[in-house]
Amino acid sequence: MATTALVDPDTGLTQAQLAARHGLRVAGERPSLVEYSRRLWAYRHFIAAYANAKLVASYSNAKLGQLWQVLTPLTNAAVYYLIFGVVLDQKSIPNFIAYLTTGLFIFNFTQSAVLAGTQSISSNLGLIRALHFPRASLPLSTTMTQFQQLLASMVVLIGIVLVTGEPLTWEWLLLVPALLLQAVFNAGVVLLVARLGSKSSDLKQVMPFIMRTWMYGSGVLYSVSLFERLPGWATTLVQYNPLLVYIELARYTLMEEAPLLNESLTQLWLVGAGWALVAGIGGFIYFWRGEQEYGRG
Amino acid sequence: MVEHFDAAPEASATMTRTQERIPTVVVDDAHIIYRVHQGAAGGTTPVAALRRLVKRTHAPNVREVHAVKGVSFTAYRGEAIGLIGSNGSGKSTILRAIAGLLPVNRGAIHTQGQPSLLGVNAALLNDLSGERNVVLGCLAMGMHPDDVAKQAAGIIDFSGINERGDFASLPMRTYSSGMAARLRFSIAAAKKHDVLLIDEALATGDKGFRKRSEQRVRELREGAGTVFLVSHQLSSVRDTCERTIWLESGVIRMDGPTDEVIRAYEAYANSK
Repeated sequence: MATTALVDPDTGLTQAQLAARHGLRVAGERPSLVEYSRRLWAYRHFIAAYANAKLVASYSNAKLGQLWQVLTPLTNAAVYYLIFGVVLDQKSIPNFIAYLTTGLFIFNFTQSAVLAGTQSISSNLGLIRALHFPRASLPLSTTMTQFQQLLASMVVLIGIVLVTGEPLTWEWLLLVPALLLQAVFNAGVVLLVARLGSKSSDLKQVMPFIMRTWMYGSGVLYSVSLFERLPGWATTLVQYNPLLVYIELARYTLMEEAPLLNESLTQLWLVGAGWALVAGIGGFIYFWRGEQEYGRG
Repeated sequence: MVEHFDAAPEASATMTRTQERIPTVVVDDAHIIYRVHQGAAGGTTPVAALRRLVKRTHAPNVREVHAVKGVSFTAYRGEAIGLIGSNGSGKSTILRAIAGLLPVNRGAIHTQGQPSLLGVNAALLNDLSGERNVVLGCLAMGMHPDDVAKQAAGIIDFSGINERGDFASLPMRTYSSGMAARLRFSIAAAKKHDVLLIDEALATGDKGFRKRSEQRVRELREGAGTVFLVSHQLSSVRDTCERTIWLESGVIRMDGPTDEVIRAYEAYANSK
């Protein structure tokens, strides 16, 4: 007994003591929040490369290729204009085309991010099971892909707004911080739905309905003055709807006389920043708490 | 009893330092039970789906499988360990648990660093070219972009996908399954791993590639790594591993030198 101990000091230890003696860690343990953020930062190159790759891959089977990045929002706007502008003949809003496309493109930024985000874990199980990296890289790169898409559709939007007769002013520069706030908000929501979607595959089926409801509550297709007919508490609720806030910020900066639900610009910025902060931090913490569960099952 | 060893005299500690084996994976009485979703037979309507979401209940037809029942072993630096056993014996399950991808229900698995699992179905992006997949895969393993740029050409050469024309610039969906598996192995093998878990990956590819990959596994071991190999091809286990663990229905049946274990396994398999 004594001689074996001389040859190998590990003899006689239980498995757990052996592991502790050599400083092994429990497999699949979750890192601390700070450590996790640090690792995620180290993976920023991967996040960017993956976002780019997804963007390229999504059009690789189409003949027109990346041109669809511009064609899709244009076609969308054309269809909605046909129905709400021509068939239903909106008269209450001056420059309805600019009003509609601004709302549509801004809403679409969040909508496509959320829909893609729901599946950002479940559609990448192969990658997750093969390689170890902070899982938040995937939802974040989904958000980034959508941001790149947004930049293309913003070029289209600015073209439409200019053609329909809105003057170019310095105020337009405020569109940049508004979009950045929305991007942070999106990242948070995407992290949230990514974790939810990884656990229940049913969410994918339900999500389109939720987004459709959200769209009607954000005053995308019709004048926001309709919301003023609602009872007081409901109007307040709609006023704080983050998507309505981001859409109104964009309309405020791009258009001269768009009907707005929120009178105060300061309030718009504060609510927009608040939502970005709450969603961004909350979504990140919620996603991190599930880190060791992704790819299981 | 235990304290006695912890407080071992200084002299014996220095004497044994050179011979001391350093464990990299310690599996301590691990039990793994996982759930299998068989797809809902009824209740696929949106209303039913919504109700399940709200009530947080699981979809019907979920079965529990007790795949690993109390497995204990220790793997050391520089070891290559083969895992053999009939289908459904829990080999792949235990690998995934070591990689931290499956939770253990009882017991524990301790590892040094982060083990990497290399399976045949480790999918990358099929719509992208092989070259882009190499870059993406390397970044996903945490390599720095400068290192990736340096190594990319070497990885493609190693995989041998360019032996029949310029395939590296074609989308991966145009590859044969063997080519794709070779490229994936080459990407994973480009990085130094403390613990590398290989699931049937060496079985793919032609003879030339098998030779290269076996050579690569040896290099990884010499770089103080530990390699686990799950395979149904006993020959590749024999060629790469000196130690083999034989699992049967979730329990270790034998653990020892490869030759002995494989002989016993073959006798068992033939008698069935």
